[in-house]
Amino acid sequence: MSEIGIIILEKSIVAVFIFVVLLAIVAYATLGERKIAGFFQDRHGPNRAGYWGLLQVVADGVKFFMKEEFIPDRANKWLFIIAPTFTFMAAGFLMAVIPFGDRIMIGGHEVLLQIADINIGLLYILAISSLGVYGIFTGGWASNNKYSLMGGLRSASQTISYEIAMGLAIIALVLDHGTFSLREIVLNQTGAIWNWSVFTHPVGFIIFLVAIFAESARVPFDLPEAENELVGGFHTEYSSMKFGLFMFGEYVHMTIASGLLATLYFGGWSIPFVAVPVEASLWWGLLTFAVFWAKTLLFMFLFMWVRWTLPRFRYDQLMNLGWKRLIPLGLINIVVMALILLWTGGAGMN
Amino acid sequence: MDAQTIVFAILALVSLFSGIMVVTRKNPVYSILFLVLTFFCYAGFYVLLGATFLAAIQIMVYAGAIMVLFLFVVMMLNLREPEKMEGGASFFQTLGFIVAGGFALVLMAFFAGNPGPGVPTYPPGAAAYAMGDTKELGMVLFTDYVFPFEIAGILLLAAVIGAVALAKRNRA
Repeated sequence: MSEIGIIILEKSIVAVFIFVVLLAIVAYATLGERKIAGFFQDRHGPNRAGYWGLLQVVADGVKFFMKEEFIPDRANKWLFIIAPTFTFMAAGFLMAVIPFGDRIMIGGHEVLLQIADINIGLLYILAISSLGVYGIFTGGWASNNKYSLMGGLRSASQTISYEIAMGLAIIALVLDHGTFSLREIVLNQTGAIWNWSVFTHPVGFIIFLVAIFAESARVPFDLPEAENELVGGFHTEYSSMKFGLFMFGEYVHMTIASGLLATLYFGGWSIPFVAVPVEASLWWGLLTFAVFWAKTLLFMFLFMWVRWTLPRFRYDQLMNLGWKRLIPLGLINIVVMALILLWTGGAGMN
Repeated sequence: MDAQTIVFAILALVSLFSGIMVVTRKNPVYSILFLVLTFFCYAGFYVLLGATFLAAIQIMVYAGAIMVLFLFVVMMLNLREPEKMEGGASFFQTLGFIVAGGFALVLMAFFAGNPGPGVPTYPPGAAAYAMGDTKELGMVLFTDYVFPFEIAGILLLAAVIGAVALAKRNRA
């Protein structure tokens, strides 16, 4: 086989492997969320299907497919059908640049546990996450329902507003690391635990955390669905698997967001005080893969913890927080970071 | 045929198709969504040319921000499919067709004479390939092109101030 053929084969295998693991974790995140909700509300959560409710995921899947497929009479049929796939696709695209692990040695081949290590990784993340809004937006509009439309409009303005704050936090991070490549950012954070960006960029981390909560439209920023005001928001008219795809897309987005938080601010797949070996090996690869998911699962727990603890913001509070607090804070953060770098001499405090 | 040519052919066909869809759809929402697809194909061309930074910016700014605003306005005004248009093409439609067709002819005549450089095939790591790299771009932007860069910055600042001033006046 030609060299390019081997590379394509290798990358396809890595992509399929990562996709399957991601989907499995996302599927069980839906169960995890309900279990955690049960814990916070002092009840059991789902425990009928299988031991400890472990088959609940399968039951939900079957239910989604069996439910009646309903398309409103005056809805825009094409956009109504295609919108959930937009959401899912945009969330799925994001996984392409996330470093899920270090190099791994399989059968004499050194393979990177990352689908694409491109030199604009962070920009790619910003670019693709700005596309996530199309699904919710077109879905809300195509339903021909005023509540859906309101949900879609809210989603669009929320995403655009918080994208700016997120970008500002990332600029400060890039100033420090001197690269857009996510793999290099992880490599910069190896070694001592205080090399993690969360310690060098505490302000940037807080801005990024808030912005990414808003981007994935989770409580306390779930204004697009806000069931007490908007019935179901953008997915009021959706039923069956089309609703399932919206919901699944939301969980994929949450998982990827957690992975990003772990990668950018908590050292990604690296283990504190353990040096990255020069030679790739099978066990090191698997270990880093596990470490990445351990950190990611912690952040997914944080997402769920916040959801079952905090009430929802009011819409004007959301806009005030985004434009009048986070964006000025982000700008100040950039200036301070630039001054510190100038003082200590050039990019790369690590 | 190498991989780059195949990818280029696919992108070119999709961008032509979606470009035609943009101008022929009566429903403005469809036009906008096809325009987003067109921008995606352009980003693909930039990647083929080794300008990955430009590709990311293309998607972030055009597909991600500007088109979302377009969609926002169209959906706010709730522009539905217009009623059936009366009669044939209007004067301006005919004029537009003639101008666009003439421009296409001129372009074809020009490129028939000079085939142009085509898709460059830099080996990864070559100096020219690194042009897509943000570091190289930053170096060029802040040394050779610092004056245009600053001018663009001032223009944007003026636009921001203008927007704030307009918003303030409406409130009073």
